[in-house]
Amino acid sequence: MTSTPPAVVVDGLHKSYGDVVAVDDLSFEIHRGETFALLGPNGAGKSTTIEILEGYRRRTGGAVSVLGTDPGTGGLDWRARLGIVLQDLPEGGVHTVREQLTQAARYYPRPRGVDEVIAAVGLESKADTRIGKLSGGQRRRVDVALGVIGRPELLFLDEPTTGFDPQARHEFWRLVRSLAEEGTTILLTTHYLDEAEQLADRVGVIIGGRLADIGRVEEIGGATSRVPVVRWREDDGELRTRRTGAPAALVAELVGRFDGEPHELTVTRPTLEDVYLDLVATALPAATSSLAAAATEVAR
Amino acid sequence: MTALALTPTRIAHEVRGYVRQGDTMLFTFLFPVIFLVLFSAIFAGEADAGGTTIPMATYFLPGLIAAGVLLSGVQNLAIDIAMEKGDGRLKRLGGTPMSPVTYLLGKFGQVLVTAVAQVAALLLVATLVFGVELPTDPARWLTFAWVFLLGLTACSLLGIALSAVPRSGRSASAVVIPMVTVLQFISGVYVADFQLPDGVRTVGALFPLAWMARGMRSVFLPESFDVLERGGTWGLGQVALALVVWLVLGAVLSRLTFRWIRRDA
Repeated sequence: MTSTPPAVVVDGLHKSYGDVVAVDDLSFEIHRGETFALLGPNGAGKSTTIEILEGYRRRTGGAVSVLGTDPGTGGLDWRARLGIVLQDLPEGGVHTVREQLTQAARYYPRPRGVDEVIAAVGLESKADTRIGKLSGGQRRRVDVALGVIGRPELLFLDEPTTGFDPQARHEFWRLVRSLAEEGTTILLTTHYLDEAEQLADRVGVIIGGRLADIGRVEEIGGATSRVPVVRWREDDGELRTRRTGAPAALVAELVGRFDGEPHELTVTRPTLEDVYLDLVATALPAATSSLAAAATEVAR
Repeated sequence: MTALALTPTRIAHEVRGYVRQGDTMLFTFLFPVIFLVLFSAIFAGEADAGGTTIPMATYFLPGLIAAGVLLSGVQNLAIDIAMEKGDGRLKRLGGTPMSPVTYLLGKFGQVLVTAVAQVAALLLVATLVFGVELPTDPARWLTFAWVFLLGLTACSLLGIALSAVPRSGRSASAVVIPMVTVLQFISGVYVADFQLPDGVRTVGALFPLAWMARGMRSVFLPESFDVLERGGTWGLGQVALALVVWLVLGAVLSRLTFRWIRRDA
């Protein structure tokens, strides 16, 4: 994409806990300035991978480089270039939002302004409230604020919008986009596929500790995965679906055959979520959830 | 940013957190004062040794000062850090460029500031409410200073080490408070040292609290009270030795056990 070295290089990463293999021969790169989403079911190895990149866990094999440094040996100067928003939410504590951010800003060489960050996460009215007294969604925003206060080159967002209401999620997306526009490289994990679709330039799907697919959002799942699905009900009551690159022609044919409106007609283009669920169902047939099964049925 | 340049702001942050924590204020900061009031009311009599008589409030004061040092160091830090670790705040700090040295200096600073305030409160209540007479000999205050600082440093390090023991932040109080409470019973804080059976005194002498209490008694009790100590002397050399041993042990244990996160990998 560019001639500058990638922000993150993961090459043959391996991590096992005793006999349990959490990550197996995982390789991918994140370019500078890119927003990259790591997707996968619970227990697929997303958090293990991200915590290895953050320097919290040690890998058992492979090579990893984050901003040109091995996270296993990265020092405080390296940490100053990262922003980390962890998955689990802390209880909060007794300091106010402003006190906590003012304190955290002092750890970094060139932090953002405290008021500017408070405004960016929409906590102006709660700035002088103790963090322990905030709601879960508000505490998550404090966490995001703490993640960006140091003006990071690389920002880790591990399931950042869990527990957000739709409006808060949209505000958060705006914030992430503005960070990306400033050139921040972002590694995002999320269970909300629409979030990945909205924010990510590229997506990697991890299943069972391995990379199942990687590519631009619209490329994931292969060329045929986004082929529209036409669904209608036959006169005998059977629900029919067909994937076709020419849905309008099929609909026209159906209109001719039924001599009018086909029953329960829908034409849908599979979303990232459909493609993702299809990928998971294919890779993990035994663990197919009812949701994934439903999506697979639609997609086929 | 160097580790030292950040320390003052970190200490201020920690002290602010301490005073806003209601249960810490009650069980760590005010506990010795509460017990001074309680004991002085219950044991209204006097203690005498070598022909000198003092009110019981005077006798209990040095033990409660030592207990305050224990609570401010061991109990406060063990619970505080275990809770920070348990709810993910410590992990977050580990993700910032703040040095662990700064973090720990911030904790030491918090312990020092709050322990000094605690001793001041104890001395104030003792003199104003119970008429305890404080020593005027500078040499005694010098002893006070080194016993206090040496004990406080050892207790802070032991508190950091002990914070690794509770399996969760919630269980921290349940693990730590019984330990320090038993220690106070066998170290001459709640029960006068000379009234303890010899076996209990021997066990108590294995831990730093008994030595801090002994050092503090040499500061606040009349000279003639040394006959009530084991060996019939204040034995300040032994006090210093015992506290240094515990300080070194605390330093080694805290160095070995302190982690930003519970290491599962």
